[in-house]
Amino acid sequence: MAEHQIPQRQSPLEPDYRVGSHGDFEHGVDVILTETRPGSILQLAAWPGEEKMLMSAIRAITGLALPDGAGGGATDGARAAFGFAPGRFTVVDETEGLAASFARVVTPAIGTVTDLSHGRTAIRIAGPKAEWVLAKLFAIDFALSAFPLGAGRSTTHHDVFTQIQRTGADQFDMYVFRSFARSFWKTLCHASEEVGYEVQ
Amino acid sequence: MLITCPYCGPRDVIEFTYQGDGNRERPNPASQDLEAWNAYVYDRLNPAGDHNEIWQHSGGCRAHLRMVRNTLTHEISSVAFVRGAAANTKSGGKP
Repeated sequence: MAEHQIPQRQSPLEPDYRVGSHGDFEHGVDVILTETRPGSILQLAAWPGEEKMLMSAIRAITGLALPDGAGGGATDGARAAFGFAPGRFTVVDETEGLAASFARVVTPAIGTVTDLSHGRTAIRIAGPKAEWVLAKLFAIDFALSAFPLGAGRSTTHHDVFTQIQRTGADQFDMYVFRSFARSFWKTLCHASEEVGYEVQ
Repeated sequence: MLITCPYCGPRDVIEFTYQGDGNRERPNPASQDLEAWNAYVYDRLNPAGDHNEIWQHSGGCRAHLRMVRNTLTHEISSVAFVRGAAANTKSGGKP
């Protein structure tokens, strides 16, 4: 039987991904940084007027019911989805193959499916100082009342486009372009030094 | 300067890109009317006051926006999607 070579997805962060505690951790580790490496990262877009159909498709495939309104999103730990622009959604799954599932239900009449699994890098920041660290980088309100659980935001840090989803009271998942990911990771590490951070 | 994007809410101007004068009307591409093309390319109202402008939220939701900005005070009196049909927004899809 012929042997199949399965290409391993390499992390763009690898040369600068140093597991362990860093910065001022002697006074406590206040944020934990991880690369979550989801198997699937998709961008879904609905034609004007088809937004509800697309949201139903997201619910059918992922089981996530998205709330109405700008930036509405949901997560169940293994899967996450949020709106990041009018009629556009990011959908993430721990496992691969999400694009094929959506291609079956998002018909050409509803909208489009774009597989960005290899094009984006997913970085998670968690801990009591997560809001503090992110507020140093992004000019948006990270308070729970302004940025509710599950919600998504698209913004930039020094022109690096970033999608951010709140996946916990003190936890955020960020999606950045793969080619900018290492630079962004280093910036995030520098910003976390003063509070003490651990890379897992 | 803060611009309140109809989708993303108030954001710093650094996230936005100016896309030009919102008063221009592009002639029919087949038009041979040189006067009309000249006016489209060069003529501007240049008002000291409210000005119609097109902006893009390029560092956010990437939507194109039709704005009225006061050129004296930078006060922005209205912001709306250029494409009126965009739904799933804070304003319920109506800009």
